[in-house]
Amino acid sequence: MSTPDLTTPNAIANVNLRQVGKAKPRNDAPTKVYGKAVYAGDFYMENMLFAKVLHSDRASANIRGIDTSAAKALSGVHCVLTAEDLGDLNRVMTDLPGQAGGGTKNTKQPILADDCVRFCGEPLALVAAESYEIAQSALDLIVVDWEDTEGVYDKFESQKPGAFNVYGDDNIVAAYKIRKGDIDKGFEDADYILENTFSSQYQEQAFLEPEAAVAWVDEHEVLNIRSSTQVVEHFRAVADALGLPHNKVHLTAPYVGGGFGGKEVMTIEVWLALLAMETKRPVKLIQTRENSFISHGPRHPFTFTHKTGVTKDGKITAMKIKVTSDAGAYAKLSPYILLYATVGATGPYRVDNLWIDSTSAATNNIPTCAYRGFGTMQANTACEAQMEEIANLIGMDSLDLRRQNFIQTGDPNTTGQIIRSAVWSDKCATQAKAALGDKEDNTDHLAYGHGIACYQQSYGRIRWMKDTSESWVGMEMDGTVIVRCAVTDIGAGQMSALAQIAGEVLGVPMSEVTVYFGDGHVNPLAGTSTASRALYMSGKATELASVAVRENVLTCMAKHFDVSVGELDLADGRVFVLDNPERGMTVKEMIKLCAAEGVHRHNLAIYRAPPSEGLDPETGQGEVFPDFTYGAHAAKVSVDVDTGEVTVIKSVGAHDVGQSINLRAVEGQIEGSALMGQGFALSEELILEKGVLKNGSFSEYLIPTSEDVPEIECIVLESRSGLGPFGSKGIGEPVFSPVAASIVNAVADAIGTRIFHLPLTPEKVLAAINEKKMKQAAE
Amino acid sequence: MSNEKIINLTVNGASVQFIAPSHRTLLEALRHEGFVEIKCGCEKGDCGACAVLMDGEPIDSCLTLAWHADGHEVVTIKGLGDKGNADPLQKAFIDTGASQCGYCTPGMIIAAKALLKENPDPSLDDIKRGLSGNLCRCTGYTRIFEAVEVAAAEMRGETQEGEAA
Ligand code: FES
Ligand code: FES
Repeated sequence: MSTPDLTTPNAIANVNLRQVGKAKPRNDAPTKVYGKAVYAGDFYMENMLFAKVLHSDRASANIRGIDTSAAKALSGVHCVLTAEDLGDLNRVMTDLPGQAGGGTKNTKQPILADDCVRFCGEPLALVAAESYEIAQSALDLIVVDWEDTEGVYDKFESQKPGAFNVYGDDNIVAAYKIRKGDIDKGFEDADYILENTFSSQYQEQAFLEPEAAVAWVDEHEVLNIRSSTQVVEHFRAVADALGLPHNKVHLTAPYVGGGFGGKEVMTIEVWLALLAMETKRPVKLIQTRENSFISHGPRHPFTFTHKTGVTKDGKITAMKIKVTSDAGAYAKLSPYILLYATVGATGPYRVDNLWIDSTSAATNNIPTCAYRGFGTMQANTACEAQMEEIANLIGMDSLDLRRQNFIQTGDPNTTGQIIRSAVWSDKCATQAKAALGDKEDNTDHLAYGHGIACYQQSYGRIRWMKDTSESWVGMEMDGTVIVRCAVTDIGAGQMSALAQIAGEVLGVPMSEVTVYFGDGHVNPLAGTSTASRALYMSGKATELASVAVRENVLTCMAKHFDVSVGELDLADGRVFVLDNPERGMTVKEMIKLCAAEGVHRHNLAIYRAPPSEGLDPETGQGEVFPDFTYGAHAAKVSVDVDTGEVTVIKSVGAHDVGQSINLRAVEGQIEGSALMGQGFALSEELILEKGVLKNGSFSEYLIPTSEDVPEIECIVLESRSGLGPFGSKGIGEPVFSPVAASIVNAVADAIGTRIFHLPLTPEKVLAAINEKKMKQAAE
Repeated sequence: MSNEKIINLTVNGASVQFIAPSHRTLLEALRHEGFVEIKCGCEKGDCGACAVLMDGEPIDSCLTLAWHADGHEVVTIKGLGDKGNADPLQKAFIDTGASQCGYCTPGMIIAAKALLKENPDPSLDDIKRGLSGNLCRCTGYTRIFEAVEVAAAEMRGETQEGEAA
């Protein structure tokens, strides 16, 4: 209940870990593996209608009118909605998921395009009909009277005076600056100064389950929505958009088939809410894969210009960094993602003389949004490339260069926040690099390369959001344990981890703990499954509640056995005296006695993340995040010098996770990240031409398949210094953050030259090899 | 609609009958009949989430017309087993952590089942090739490979039931 002490590890005294930290089958695995898990699109209701959405096929155009008369006249069509039907209600807040609006400007987005469209894919009309086929036929009958406008499709062009206006007065969605130390003096003190520009591409989340939901109004006039979302707290934004009281919208999430940030901002919920209110019937929508590509925001393309001053011994004296991202047509979470990229621009390094300017610019491209790594990952990829280039320049081993500059516990970071938890960057990087083994000799056709990358990635939401999470833990009369916590389970084991934590503290096997999750109107609200905060926050609340119940029952048992609470333990379904384990009883017997004494066997706990008050706007100094995770990834690649094709041979993640809860789930995050990061480094890129997506399908947008899998090794270290349950740190994003950078660095090592724009497609790699050959020939 | 037809087939051993127009896919038809354990990730044959066995052969049900399944035997993930009589693949997927969000899992296990029927002792490369039509975004595939190896060993009688590698 109290504000956590940031200076000390918070592992629970007197709980000997029996389940936590072990590799365990997850509680959600059987239902999924037996084909019984019900996802949002699997629900069926009597009298249900089926919805389709008309998305704009142009990126920038005025709408003179939309004629829906033929669609409305089609037999089996029950409702066709356009902006005109919504009137004043046609706005939804896309800012601060779950908190219904924050401080950034212009984050209210039209639900349906009114007088113009600003990106290709913008929703124009909603249809509900007796079947999907009829709904689709109705869409085909809607006629839009267009007037094309010029639009702007480049994040630098859009900032120029006179550029086509997309957003606000100046197309600037957000901007930050950091001014720290004496930048001029820093460059004066440098022996070398190196400047490079790095840029990265759009990446699609490509969760396997497309957006899906069912909405209906129940007998209590409550609007219910069962949706594939990371954030059940969107009920607030739905209610605000429809002008309903918050307590009349009930949003639940069953198992979610992957999110990765793509189901963080509201997707289809408000459309279904409108259709269900209008038709008074249940309405279901499952997005097609093609529409899924355009209905959530992909990863922001970023450009980073790094100017670094360094001494000949490898000490960084100054960094001047310019950061630019393409926000697309609406702000969504771009201001926050830009902030993460700004804080993360210096990687895991201490830089005392620092100057950063960052800008997120609006364009008529698809709006970009949250995606695992959230700006930090792109920033880190650039920073780690620059570190390799510096090491080359000054002729130093790149890991030694990093060691000279790693931020340490007690140091201030980019924004002057003092790092409180353990920083094991060196340990992780050393082990990851060693795991690659020796470098192979090149052949005529294959060039081998090793690469490493480190990172600093936050976990927990921005501190001035004053984030909280609640969980309820109770013991039933037969000794079984229940957790009630509305955390959404998006596939990383969110639900199962809570069972493991409660089971550990209350001495019952996790497989026997029942967790009610994903429904925030029946269970205490846990906050979002985003920002690597779900386990940190909801796990911490569950730990606090479980400890409170444990204390209550053990206090009763201490009296019974005439010992102190500290002399008792709870494990394997028994309570017993620690130095005489024969003296004890089953949990079931214990609970009977406790109940007879009127002992409180339940607890509702709240965990509050450490708050802060924001950044100084002139210097960018202040406390932004609760804490950070540190680690490293290493990759071994081969490059076919004739084709430019890159093969990842080995991929090693080494991370200080604080304390693993389920070791198998931690490894699962590292392994999944290894492939997702590999896709970002080598193959994945959404192609937009004047804002129009050209490769929106799984046959054209290539995510890694089983045939692309390298040998993957996971090295899990535990400093127990994190803010989460048992001293854990967040891992979902952190373990992803260094992957692409390590592969990019390995390719540069292999071919002896660097490619500054991702992804490293065979064409680009081959061009770089040839350019280098030509240069060498000229010399 | 004129071109409709009554389709008779068995799903997981039970006979199922429905009326379908000629253009309806088996995926749409079976999900409409309540077999929602068959997942849909693309409707284009790109992801494998919709895989089922038809007469023992793996197919993408999104690329198969319901009419073509008339008179045939379809097996979904639920037909392979359940708690108490789980298929070795199901047990191994649970034990190794091969299922995360679980959305690819029904199709993945069906593909693995077909692979092991063809090749009871697959090499790692055989497994990679055999599962290459099934996308997974969560796991990085490595635990899936491990699960297939564990199940294959059990099916060949080389390990104790339920023992994970
Ligand atoms: S849904 Fe059939 S292959 Fe993707
Ligand atoms: S477990 Fe999520 S897609 Fe495979």
